[in-house]
Amino acid sequence: MLVKRAKLSWLERLYFPALLGGLKITWRHFARTLFKKAVTMEYPEQRHQLPAGYRGAPYLVKDPDGNTKCVSCQLCEFVCPPKAIKIIPPGPDGQPPDRANAEKMPREFEINMLRCIFCGFCQEVCPEEAIFLKEDYSLVGLTRGEMIYNKEKLLQLGGTHHGPIKKWEQKLREARAQEAFPVKQG
Amino acid sequence: MDWDFIIISSVKIVCAVVALLTMVAYSVLVERKVSAFIQDRVGPNRTAPPLVAAIPVIGPFLVRLGIFQPLADGLKFILKEDFTPSHVRKIYFWLAPAVAMVPAFLTIAVIPFGSTLGKQNMVIADLNVGILYSFGIVSLAVYGIVLAGWASNSKYPFYGGIRSSAQMISYEIAMGMSVVPVFMMVGHLNLSEVIQAQADGGWFVWRSPMTFLSFVIFLIAAFAETNRLPFDMPECETELVGGYHTEYSSMKFALFFLGEYAAMIAVSSLMVVLFFGGWTLPFFGLNQPAESLGMGLLHIAIFLGKMLFFMVVFIWVRWMIPRFRYDQLMDMGWKRFVPLALANIVLTAVWMWWMA
Ligand code: SF4
Ligand code: SF4
Repeated sequence: MLVKRAKLSWLERLYFPALLGGLKITWRHFARTLFKKAVTMEYPEQRHQLPAGYRGAPYLVKDPDGNTKCVSCQLCEFVCPPKAIKIIPPGPDGQPPDRANAEKMPREFEINMLRCIFCGFCQEVCPEEAIFLKEDYSLVGLTRGEMIYNKEKLLQLGGTHHGPIKKWEQKLREARAQEAFPVKQG
Repeated sequence: MDWDFIIISSVKIVCAVVALLTMVAYSVLVERKVSAFIQDRVGPNRTAPPLVAAIPVIGPFLVRLGIFQPLADGLKFILKEDFTPSHVRKIYFWLAPAVAMVPAFLTIAVIPFGSTLGKQNMVIADLNVGILYSFGIVSLAVYGIVLAGWASNSKYPFYGGIRSSAQMISYEIAMGMSVVPVFMMVGHLNLSEVIQAQADGGWFVWRSPMTFLSFVIFLIAAFAETNRLPFDMPECETELVGGYHTEYSSMKFALFFLGEYAAMIAVSSLMVVLFFGGWTLPFFGLNQPAESLGMGLLHIAIFLGKMLFFMVVFIWVRWMIPRFRYDQLMDMGWKRFVPLALANIVLTAVWMWWMA
């Protein structure tokens, strides 16, 4: 392809119009930054307004009664693409859950935040709505070990999830109706 | 041996060099700030030595201004690894940064940066051939760049060196010839005399169309001489990575940096001296050599103020127009400015002959 060079007029070849145009533009920007505001967001002090449904770091949540929702089904562990999640289930003769009506609870639940890619698969796959991607996007730590979040930390960071479904209440009601308690409190 | 002379000269030299280095450091800061503002950013606003930020009001303000940034920059340059690639020509590689920096420092020796302080003339060397000396020295700067380009022994620095030698030599001619009319009018090569002539008869920018043309050519040539945008061919990042200093790191790179900014300061000072009346101002009797200490200091301040103005011009123009193509650059140098400067000399000669 041939690009036609535009023939410059006598004035344009002096470069003065270009200079003046440049001066105008630069001055406009300079004055705007000086007297009004720069476009820079000064990060640690100013933060993004995160939209609803933002997918940050995955944390475990509790239900409104303060119960751990996770039942240690390990689906999230299997689905996690970078294998960031490590769950230690209680096992056949491990310790029973710490409250009534819960089938199972993870003995240990770790997410390696250095591996996690915030993909949201764990939230999507979880049958209990126990794990959610929250709004944290800048996680810091001084060592690699610090970046592996354990169950306590995940539960604490996750907070409470106010969903309409309260599985344990439902379970209790059913159990009462049948006069049978499927799982004993430990 | 005149001991007074030696001691006072040494004091002047030390003061001038210290002042120059400080100005280099802070012109880098000004450049960063102005560039940032033109690009809608805030620029350096974090660096703070301990405790300073705790001072109410003033502390945070200074930090936002980035006043301490040059210190951090300098420290960074010193602490970085001084890396010498294995493929370079070692001796020249080490020599080049010094050769690039020294000429810019030497130029300020002849520049009168004030009238008098006490009984001393505020110029390190009041040479009778001042301007010839400074042109001679300024043209040495090209050797540093060419040497760096060649010694780096890789293609981009080499291109940078080649370009800079062609560019600087071409524009030196235009630059040298552009100031001839000024000296024809003054009748003297001493820079102090040039200032005196301007104090008596008005600044050369305004005095006649010929000297105005001189100034325009000098200004443009100055951009080319100091390798500043829009003429920064030797180091244009888009084509040559970093140009002649691609292979340099740490303090050696800092020396190039220092040299570039010192050259800008030197050329700005020359412009002030030649066309903008040096330390004089045409009112309040400020165009006579100072009698008191305060006046002397005021003259220095006036000189620095004018010089600062040109530094800002240097920085600002960088964002005004894009880089010229290399052939356009040479075209302008040889086909426009050299003939124009020559015509200017003839015109001035004819005019002076007519008036006489
Ligand atoms: S968000 Fe994705 S990567 Fe992170 S833990 Fe969940 S499944 Fe794994
Ligand atoms: S978080 Fe959800 S998916 Fe993962 S083990 Fe617990 S219940 Fe299963």
